[in-house]
This record gives sequence, C-alpha cells and structure tokens, in this order.
Amino acid sequence: MMSEHANKASAFIRDEGRTDWHDQALWFVRKKRDIQTKKVDEWETLREIASGIKANVLANLDTYLLQFEENALKNGAQVHWAKDAAEHNEIILNILRSKGVKKMVKSKSMLTEECHLNPYLIENGIEVVDTDLGERIVQLRNEPPSHIVLPAIHLKKEDVGETFYQYLHSEKGASDPKYLTEVARKHLREKFLAADAALTGVNFAVADTGGFTVCTNEGNADLGAHLAPIHIASMGIEKLIPKQEHLGVFLRMLARNATGQPITSFSSHFIKPREGQELHVVIVDNKRSEQLGRADFRKSLYCIRCGACLNTCPVYRRSGGHSYSYIIPGPIGSILSPGVDLKKHSAMPFASTLCGSCSDVCPVKIDIHHQLYKWRQIVAEQGDFPAVKKISMKMMGFLFAHPSLYRITGKMGRVAVKIMPRFLLYSKLNAWGIKREVPQAPPQSFREWYLSQEKYKHK
Amino acid sequence: MKVGLFIPCYIDQFYPQVGIATLQLLEKLGCDVGFPTNQTCCGQPMGNSGCEKDSAKTAQLFVENFKDYDYIVGPTASCVGYVKEHYNIIEQTVAVSHVRRHIYDLSEFLLDVLKIEKLDVSFPYKVGLHQSCHGLREMRLGASSELNVTYFSKQRQLLEMVNGLEFIELDRTDECCGFGGTFCVSEEAVSAKMGKDRVADHQRNGAQVITGGDVSCLMHLEGVIRRQGTGIKVLHLAEIFNGATI
Repeated sequence: MMSEHANKASAFIRDEGRTDWHDQALWFVRKKRDIQTKKVDEWETLREIASGIKANVLANLDTYLLQFEENALKNGAQVHWAKDAAEHNEIILNILRSKGVKKMVKSKSMLTEECHLNPYLIENGIEVVDTDLGERIVQLRNEPPSHIVLPAIHLKKEDVGETFYQYLHSEKGASDPKYLTEVARKHLREKFLAADAALTGVNFAVADTGGFTVCTNEGNADLGAHLAPIHIASMGIEKLIPKQEHLGVFLRMLARNATGQPITSFSSHFIKPREGQELHVVIVDNKRSEQLGRADFRKSLYCIRCGACLNTCPVYRRSGGHSYSYIIPGPIGSILSPGVDLKKHSAMPFASTLCGSCSDVCPVKIDIHHQLYKWRQIVAEQGDFPAVKKISMKMMGFLFAHPSLYRITGKMGRVAVKIMPRFLLYSKLNAWGIKREVPQAPPQSFREWYLSQEKYKHK
Repeated sequence: MKVGLFIPCYIDQFYPQVGIATLQLLEKLGCDVGFPTNQTCCGQPMGNSGCEKDSAKTAQLFVENFKDYDYIVGPTASCVGYVKEHYNIIEQTVAVSHVRRHIYDLSEFLLDVLKIEKLDVSFPYKVGLHQSCHGLREMRLGASSELNVTYFSKQRQLLEMVNGLEFIELDRTDECCGFGGTFCVSEEAVSAKMGKDRVADHQRNGAQVITGGDVSCLMHLEGVIRRQGTGIKVLHLAEIFNGATI
C-alpha cells in the first residue's frame, strides 16, 4: 500500500550517509537564507507587498498579458501564445526550422522541463545543450533536475567527476570543483559559439514595458542570448508583474530566499532584440488557467520559483527530488501537480508532515501546507486513493463518534500491546515498529484513572 | 472559571500521566476543572488523511462535550489547533464557534489567560524543547525560525520559570520530528529518519530530557529513543510544570 513517493524515499534513505549529506547540503542553504533575510529589516513587509502584487496580477491577468504583448510587439519582439506543452514545443520547433537552426543553447527553464522540450527537439534533429552547469550535468546523465534551483544537488563532486570523465573525457577520478568547472566552461564555450539560437526562461515579465528579466548565477543566459542570432524566451502566463518598479521587490527577495545571496549574480533585462537579432516570447498556459479557476489553489500561481520550500522541507531533504512524481518536486510541486493530473500525482499532497515550514519560508506567502491539506480531501474523493485507507478512515470516524466503542477498542488495544509476543507486535503489519518502539501500555486509561479517584467520582 | 479538560485519544489510552499532570496543574493554579467523560478524539486523523467528512460526527461529539465550559484546555497543540482551524466542516452554530474561540493549548492558557509569572517547581536537568510544528506555525505559540520577527516562545518562557532547569540550544530550533499523523506509517522511512535526526540533535547538545507540548511528537521521539536505547527521558511540559522528577 506504499505510495510511489514512499517507496522511492525509502530507497533513497537506505544509503543513510548520503541522505545525511543531502539533508545537510540543503540545510546549509536554508541557514544562509536565514542570515540574509534577517539582514533585511523590512523582510516581512516585502513578503506582504510581493504577495499583494501577485494577487493583483492574477486578478487582472488578461489585462496584464495583453498589455505585455502590446508593449513587447512595439519593442520589436514576436509574441506567441501556447495553450499547452505540445503547442509550446511546436512553436519553438517552427521558429528553429524556419531559420534552419541546428544547434540551440538553453539557460535554465523549469517550464521547458515541464513541456519536455529537450527530447522533442532532439527527436526532431536539433542539438539542445543546457548551459546552466547543474542542468548540463543532469542532461549529460540523462536525468531530470532534482531541484528547481539546484538541479544537481543530489550529486556529489565525485559523481560529477565521473560524469565528466564519461562524457567530456576529463581526467578519471577527478573531483576538484575548480578543475571540473574549467572542464565544463571549456565544453560550454564551444557550444555557445556554435549555437544558432538561444532559449532562456523568464523570471519576471513586465507588463508596462514589454520587457523581461532573467536571473542566473553563471551569466549563461546572457552569453547565449547575446551571441545567437535568435533569442527565444519561454514564460508561463503567471510570470507577469505589472510595472518595472515592482522588480525591486522581487529581485531583493529571489536570490536571498533561494540561495542566501543578497542578489543573483546576473539579473539581465531584455527589452528589444539587438539589430539583426530575432526575439521571440512564447507565453504558455499549460493548465495554469485551470489552476487559476480553483479558488483554494489559485495562490500556488504566485510562486517565483525560489526553491526555498524545497530547501526547508524536512521530507524533501530526506527523500531527494527524484522521489516526487512531478518535474517540480517538494512542497510547491505537491500543490501544483495535482492540478495538472490528479490521478498521477495523488501521492504528492501526502508526501508532507504538514509542518508548515514551507508556508513560512515562502517569499510570496503561499499557504502551501494548507493547500496540501485541501488537496488531500480532493484526492480521497477523486484521486488515486487506496480503498483500504478509505475504509479504515470511515471506521475510525465511526469509532470516534461512539464513545463506548472507542473505550472498548482502546482497552483491547492496550491489552494487545501488553500481551502480544514481540514477533507479532513487530510484524510486517506494523510499519511504526520497523524503527520505533510501540508506546508502553499503561494499566489504566486517563478516563479510568479519573473515575477511580474519590474526589472526581461525583463531579 | 469553568475549564473543560480535553484529553486526546492517544493521551487517554497511552499517556494518562500527561492527562493527570495537566489536571493537577490546572487545579493547583485555581481552575475549576471538569472532564467530560464521553470525549474521544478531535477528528484530526481522518482530516489529515483526506477524509475530513468522516470526522464530522467526531467534531460534533466534541462540541457537545465541551460547549458548556468557559474555556477548553488540552495538553497538545496539534489537536487543539485542529478544533480551532478545521471545525469549519460542521455547521457553525453558536456552540461550535464558542468552542473554537475558547479552546487553548495548555501553554498559551497558562500564559495568556491565567497570566502566570512563576511556577513553584524545580527540575534540575538539561532539557531540550521540541517545539511541535502545529504549536509553532498553526497556533503561533512561538516565532518560527523562517520568519523575520522578534523571537518569542511561550513554551520556553514557561520552562524558564522552572528552578534549576538548564535549557539546551538545538542546532535546528524548530525542525519537524517527522510524526505527521498517518505520515508516520504511510511514509515510515522518512518519518523514522526525521525522528532519529531530531533525537540526535538533542543528544549532540547534551539533553538529558526532551520535552514539548505535543504528545504525538513525543511519542514518536520516545519510540526512536527506546529502540536505540540511548536513555534520554521524554516528558511533556505539563509533567515538568507539575513537579515531575526523573
């Protein structure tokens, strides 16, 4: 009856040393984030403002999208609309084909991962190279990213050395980060220079200018977009902010909350194509408007993809990004994915203790753990929910609504714990007992004790 | 002031000593405490599992049991929080909203309603506080480490009133213990690993005793400790405040 997440998480944890290392690597980022955010006195006010800006955007999304399109066209960009992943991929392939592009470099974009753009383009004869270092590492290994900001956080430097040895012919057994970075740099330089087109994501699209901002720590988005004759930018419809001045709020928060840096190393503002260059913006819905229509889950579209909820999530840290069924793992992925495919992602709202750290760490104040709770109610009714669990919850509900039945069952349970031989109590049927002792059974329940006391007897 | 004592199901069955300590403590502090003997559970296990409709009757029974008290007090923030936050699943009668507005976790009741400033007990041990997530982030019994707000912790404030108690600092002040209701069995591997890590943090920092305001978390941590045989004691805050010794 274990869910897919529970199974994969359990496999991940089997290597306990590696689990500890993964947990500590992410906790290190969370600690850096705490230090940086606490240096900003008005941090909580910024969160409030950012959340308000996003609320306004989503309430007037049609207006802002049209305003953005109008301004982007005026700037000389070409704007495309894609209702889903398939349309997004087709639009991009058509642009590339019409210009005879054979090689494209990409900077980090979770949206293109969501749309499975890479395999689609590769099948259609285009060489696609991810240029973010972490992305490139997982691309070489033919793995999806395990984190939305730190795509290769599940890999140790030795793993990277092995991957580079295998694919980039670096020295065997090398694990020195400086050496490995040099290898990657040399390899990527060649790819940048040879590319006929560059694709970037969009962190913030500004309605009143028609421009957009892309944040990277490696400058790879700039290198790609500034060298290639064609720049394609893929953005989800929710990436908009109304005004250029709002950027100040988000740029102060994004990197601080994501990695504990005061600001991202490169925040590049693209407004118009340079002379001779083509600039295409592809605006993608892919079920976002459906999520917008779900009042309880609308706020999930506020997300600016800082990844802080992943870093802070005690479950994510100990189960790894690949244990989740959706391309966006962790708490935010667990509230986005049921809206994409409820049956396929039914386990995700349950991959949480509802500790609420995700909601408190969120820079735009998404009530993540409350949404997880709400998704659970929907999964139980309409999703892939084990019948056994459904029946046992019904029985439990009945039990707790009938005090005398509850008391008899409680007594039986306590007696059972006391007299059951260890091999039966700690059998396969008792998941609690694999690594934990069952509570000791007291001779009396609290109620029995209470009623046995002279002073309370007649109360 | 009539106080209704709320003893959640698993405390009733497995941790009666926590119920006894809570009752005696409240009486010592001058409260007229009643224990409605027909109470069972708050309904949270069904709700957190996605079946909150199955907890409606339990919720109604809860309100029926407690509607005539001025205050309702329970030694567990998680269950108290469930009544406060999730009883919108039943019709909002006067009784329901009375119960939701007047239910308190023990620590906040001691500080915010009884406004106690001292506790006449001593507990000369090194103590680590496990702040439960629902207490911290639902009930706001303290400032969570994610927020940029002035630090406070109602539970710690109370512990500081105990003579001789040495408070130990943890590496991760408010990390989840991994219990998480049915999560503890449906995601057994992660849950147990989290519990183990939580215990290790206390151990590394020299705790002789782990305390907290939620028996569910403590039950989980105690299960890990007993399996490991490390000998750290686990006590609920109410037991310490009521003068327990180890």
